[in-house]
Amino acid sequence: MTTFSDPPKEQFRLSMLLYDTRYRSATIQVIALIGFMLLAAWIISNTIQNLEALGKPVEFGFFGEPASYDINQRLLEYTSRDTHLRAAFVGLLNTLVVAVLGCITATVLGVVIGVLRLSHNWIVARLMTVYVEMFRNVPVLLWIVFIMAILIETLPAPRAFRGDNPEASMVLGEAVAVTNRGVYVPEPLFSNSLGNIHLFGESSLRFDVSLDLMAILVVLGVSIWISNWIKHRADAIQEKTGDRPVTWWQRLGVVVVPLALLLALLGFHLGYPELKGFNFSGGTHLRNSLIALWLALSLYTAAFIAEIVRAGIMAISKGQSEAAAALGLRPNRIMSLVILPQALRVIIPPLISNYLNLTKNSSLAIAVGYMDITGTLGGITMNQTGRELECVLLLMLVYLSISLTISAIMNWYNESVKLKER
Amino acid sequence: MKKTVFLGAATVAGLAAGVAAAGTADDVKARGKLNCGVTTGLVGFAAPDANGEWKGFDVAVCRAVAAAVLGDANAVEFVPTTGKTRFTALASGEVDMLARNTTWTFSRDVDLKFEFVGVNYYDGQGFMVPKSLGVSSAKELDGATVCIQTGTTTELNLADFFRSNNISYEPVPIETNAEAQQQYLAGACDVYTTDASGLAATRATFENPGDHVLLPEIISKEPLGPLVRHGDNEWGDVVRWTLNALISAEEYGITSANIDEMAAGTDNPEINRILGTEGTLGEMLGLDNQWAMRAIKAGGNFGEIFAQNIGENTPIGLARGLNAQWTDGGLLYSPPFR
Ligand SMILES: N[C@@H](CCC(=O)N[C@@H](CS)C(=O)NCC(=O)O)C(=O)O
Repeated sequence: MTTFSDPPKEQFRLSMLLYDTRYRSATIQVIALIGFMLLAAWIISNTIQNLEALGKPVEFGFFGEPASYDINQRLLEYTSRDTHLRAAFVGLLNTLVVAVLGCITATVLGVVIGVLRLSHNWIVARLMTVYVEMFRNVPVLLWIVFIMAILIETLPAPRAFRGDNPEASMVLGEAVAVTNRGVYVPEPLFSNSLGNIHLFGESSLRFDVSLDLMAILVVLGVSIWISNWIKHRADAIQEKTGDRPVTWWQRLGVVVVPLALLLALLGFHLGYPELKGFNFSGGTHLRNSLIALWLALSLYTAAFIAEIVRAGIMAISKGQSEAAAALGLRPNRIMSLVILPQALRVIIPPLISNYLNLTKNSSLAIAVGYMDITGTLGGITMNQTGRELECVLLLMLVYLSISLTISAIMNWYNESVKLKER
Repeated sequence: MKKTVFLGAATVAGLAAGVAAAGTADDVKARGKLNCGVTTGLVGFAAPDANGEWKGFDVAVCRAVAAAVLGDANAVEFVPTTGKTRFTALASGEVDMLARNTTWTFSRDVDLKFEFVGVNYYDGQGFMVPKSLGVSSAKELDGATVCIQTGTTTELNLADFFRSNNISYEPVPIETNAEAQQQYLAGACDVYTTDASGLAATRATFENPGDHVLLPEIISKEPLGPLVRHGDNEWGDVVRWTLNALISAEEYGITSANIDEMAAGTDNPEINRILGTEGTLGEMLGLDNQWAMRAIKAGGNFGEIFAQNIGENTPIGLARGLNAQWTDGGLLYSPPFR
């Protein structure tokens, strides 16, 4: 007869939390969590108590008060009687404008420079190295201030355009004025404008959407869709018959003709800047501060993007380009059809963090007086109301949201270019 | 169980979270140095000279306070602040007081929780333009580009002035006076607006001051004065009465030249109380009885300080105007030392 003896049942003892490797890591984590929560609780309660003792409890009511200050670059209608909230909103749009412009320019520049840095032409490759090292190794704040100083000191003031024999004159057929207050370019105007729709009534977040712009976007969207459809049809025909029908004129026409018709219908014309009184009026005013910030951020970030692009390209094995060359592809087609699509997988993740950096660096705007959200909410509003905590918290929340949105979009794009394993 | 620990900890933390101790005067004495917030550089008011020594009308107030409290007019750490950073610097305790062309307003006093101890310069906001523009009134500035320091009262006055006169302008926000000067001189703005005294001081540093004019309009009241944090009344008293001592000294004719003589005792009990030969005013302030004497000796009385730094015989050339003693038709009026 065999007897089975159960292994002695293990008793749980408290000391095992520390000495038993099965439990130890959990114990440490719980302790760390409690410690962390204690710290957080202490910081929060300390802050609240001290603010209360100062007689400055946390509250956001001041957002509804009139801001009382003016903002020069406003994409929305805004006066000094509008609320602090609206001023922050105007600032937010300014942040987004410079971030989007900056990201686009930095990407274009960065890709070009990154590719050229691998050029077999010694001079071109060296020049690009100089560019990258120069921009990468000097703080972006200095670039911003430097570019601003150049714009202010070297370009003519508007008063130099005055008189019968002016010292300065407009360029590009009298259409563009380059001054030390910024560049005035022609603006699109519509004589049969469809008007605007007003969103959000009279609230601080109200804004107008131009129906003209909407109409143009819709027509363009549809045209491009049709153009793509033509391309797909051409692809299909090519698959089937081996002959590709000539479609470029169809594809071009389908985009250009409806757009031209629409513009004619809306009475599209350009409004030219014109010297009136102290300044140019009419046209679109790209302020110095925007140009300096945009240029500096783009040039600076482009240096980093160039390195990322270079790394991405070098990560693709030589065999790929050799195989492509063996198939008879020309070098620039090898780059665009074989190397870059694969390199993108390496490039995108670090590219995201550079976009985030650019967006956050745009908060240096105040150095040149560009009224971004840091300049409005985190600058004048904070200063005039003395609500540091509230403003800074909100500011952090805003930047966090912008950054998370950029990440989300870029991650989605990253998914779509990922190696598809079939 | 985690929850109770958490709550318990929160209460303990709450108890531990005290408010920063209130004795600024003691802190200053213990440190042996006064931290005084001044401008980043406005010649005549506060700017380092060629030897790196801070000089100016506001600087003199800091030095007088240091002399009163520490017995040494040079025991001052000058902290340059911009229009935007000055209040944070004071509220956070980075500086013990501000003497920085700061306008006394309701919201700064009440809402921002500061205490203005008096006024050392009665000012108003003005406009400066190049003569060549041919402008003779601020109302002709429709469409002009205006340089303006952010975080100031002048920024708000400017918006109100143009709105109420129904004219438009383009603000160019700027952080410091030096940047404003650069943009203005390069013609990136047509007009520079700030406190009229600041304009005069800025203009005095130009290569050709004569090419620029101040427009006749003064669009606001800007009583500029030193300030301290709310809630430490003893320290507020020290700074307030140091300023009053400088003003009273001028009123009673106490100057750096005759102060030693007067300190031996005079017929005027008020002078004696100020100079500490009578009464115990200094002790009431938590200082010794010679505090005001030292303060006055640091740079002279109010009139001497004015004349030396910004008066008519300096390049800045400001007239006393509103800043004359009440006995001369001005607004300077120190409460009695009694
Ligand atoms: N009095 C106004 C303006 C103060 C101000 O910023 N003044 C300028 C010129 S008068 C200044 O001190 N600038 C020196 C600097 O930029 O540090 C206020 O208190 O808001």
